[in-house]
Amino acid sequence: MSLSQTRPAEGAARLDVAARRADFPILAQTVHGKPLVYLDNAASSQKPTSVIEAEREVYEVYYANVHRGVHTLSMRSTDAYEGARVKVQRFLNAASVKEVIFTRGTTESINLVAQAYGRGNVGAGDEVLVSGLEHHSNIVPWQLLCAEKGARLRVATLADDGSVRMDEFDTLLGPRTRLVAVAHVSNALGTVNPVRRMIERAHARGVPVLIDGAQAVPHLAVDVRALDCDFYAFSSHKMYGPSGVGVLYGKKKLLEAMPPWQGGGDMILSVSFEKTTYNELPYRFEAGTPHIAGVIGLGAAVDYLSSVGLARVAGHEHDLLAYGTERLREVPGLRLVGTAPEKAAVLSFVIEGLHPHDIGTVLDYEGVAVRTGHHCAQPVMERYGIPATTRASFALYNTRQEIDALVRGLQKAVETFA
Amino acid sequence: MSDLRELYQELILDHTKKPRNFGELPGANRRAEGYNPLCGDRATVFVRLEGDRVADVRFQGAGCSISTASASMMTESIKGKTRAEVEKLFDRFHRLITCDPTRVAANVAPELGKLAVFSGVCEFPVRVKCASLAWHTLKAALAGEDKPVSTEVSESSSGDGGGQAR
Repeated sequence: MSLSQTRPAEGAARLDVAARRADFPILAQTVHGKPLVYLDNAASSQKPTSVIEAEREVYEVYYANVHRGVHTLSMRSTDAYEGARVKVQRFLNAASVKEVIFTRGTTESINLVAQAYGRGNVGAGDEVLVSGLEHHSNIVPWQLLCAEKGARLRVATLADDGSVRMDEFDTLLGPRTRLVAVAHVSNALGTVNPVRRMIERAHARGVPVLIDGAQAVPHLAVDVRALDCDFYAFSSHKMYGPSGVGVLYGKKKLLEAMPPWQGGGDMILSVSFEKTTYNELPYRFEAGTPHIAGVIGLGAAVDYLSSVGLARVAGHEHDLLAYGTERLREVPGLRLVGTAPEKAAVLSFVIEGLHPHDIGTVLDYEGVAVRTGHHCAQPVMERYGIPATTRASFALYNTRQEIDALVRGLQKAVETFA
Repeated sequence: MSDLRELYQELILDHTKKPRNFGELPGANRRAEGYNPLCGDRATVFVRLEGDRVADVRFQGAGCSISTASASMMTESIKGKTRAEVEKLFDRFHRLITCDPTRVAANVAPELGKLAVFSGVCEFPVRVKCASLAWHTLKAALAGEDKPVSTEVSESSSGDGGGQAR
């Protein structure tokens, strides 16, 4: 992936972090008497006022079910819901709104592809190729599919720095490969995968590619047409939107050929007991009443990120990553896990003699929220022979002072347990 | 930090740094493995039962301060006890660490002895699993179960539940 994705674009203005922090009401609080330092953004990010207000407005002003009523509120809700789809389409630079399917999140988006695409295109003896840094949600759906079809899951393993071995990726991309499914950015290590290269290699063999973009969309500009990916999955809640909502982007040609995966209302044109005609894209994959306010909130999050500017966000977070990488060196016994040349917003580490859970508890008492554990990426932990790491992950509202607070907390943890 | 000291008492830190009865137990006739999928902690408990009595016990595994100290102090407190006595002690201990309203105030539950230092865990619900992992594993070992126990499926009614996020 080009450097421009994680480094500030030429001439990009600096992010005004004080002003941006004011956009997030939750940040102005203390935890255990200390100012909150929220560094668990890879698990979920906080929400700006504009997103909170958008959801509130739905329920206070114009809420009704979508795509059904002829009454005013239903039409307003439908307009706002479909308006969010247009926002997402532009955000991803998708060719058509028909390519944007709302789901419950990245996990559901991937399962949708595994079921609706995978079952029709992966057979006995075929292979699905993933990388060694995948989140469980980009492993288990493929295992289920492979078990059902008698297919094989192949894994391109990680080099010591946490980057995918591309020579292995190339070798594993074989005549039986029916689909490649890889993360854009690793949640556990922060590695940015060279997805453009991976897609080119796969396409050269006629293999479609799904990108798990859950950890990418809040940090770098994604252009699905420039990437030429076939599917792109992500969640709203990691990009400052509400939880319980996500997106599956799919190329129209592929989506059109896929059977529905959940049956119900909204995904049909007509139903009789003899025959049902399915609705057109994207509704065919949106059975049942969706998370209306959540989707509209996601639209507000897209607006927010776009107004701040992803180049500016990437520049700011790159600065935090560089500063944090440097400062963590001061903590005795600390070892970073994941040191790939291209990284985004994640510092995962272990400290000799200290267990991540104990570190997490001490940090909590310093007001610092981090994630400790295997980050739903147990194969990654296995790769490094560790049960868990402590992970600090950044968002656009984090500051260098907060990294200083993290380092102070870590030094306290070392003093307590050493 | 005062609350934090409640959790990480000196005795707990001592057992963390120097776990007692650590390692494999030659001649063990019971063993079980425990796993906490939320943090990846693993514990193996080895028991030599003589009749109904725990003649010897040791543990192995990688865990946090709370789980290591809990396992270490558990081995000290159950040696020589009958299965029924161990059951009863675990029940007391579990009520202590889960803030069970029926728990006996730690300092007036003499059978808990030194285990009372874990009373602070009760204020940290997410750490209950850490403190109970070795005990659940011990229980499985005494029951002669071969399958690994997990903090997420065993004794779910005892309030160890929790969730995970990406």
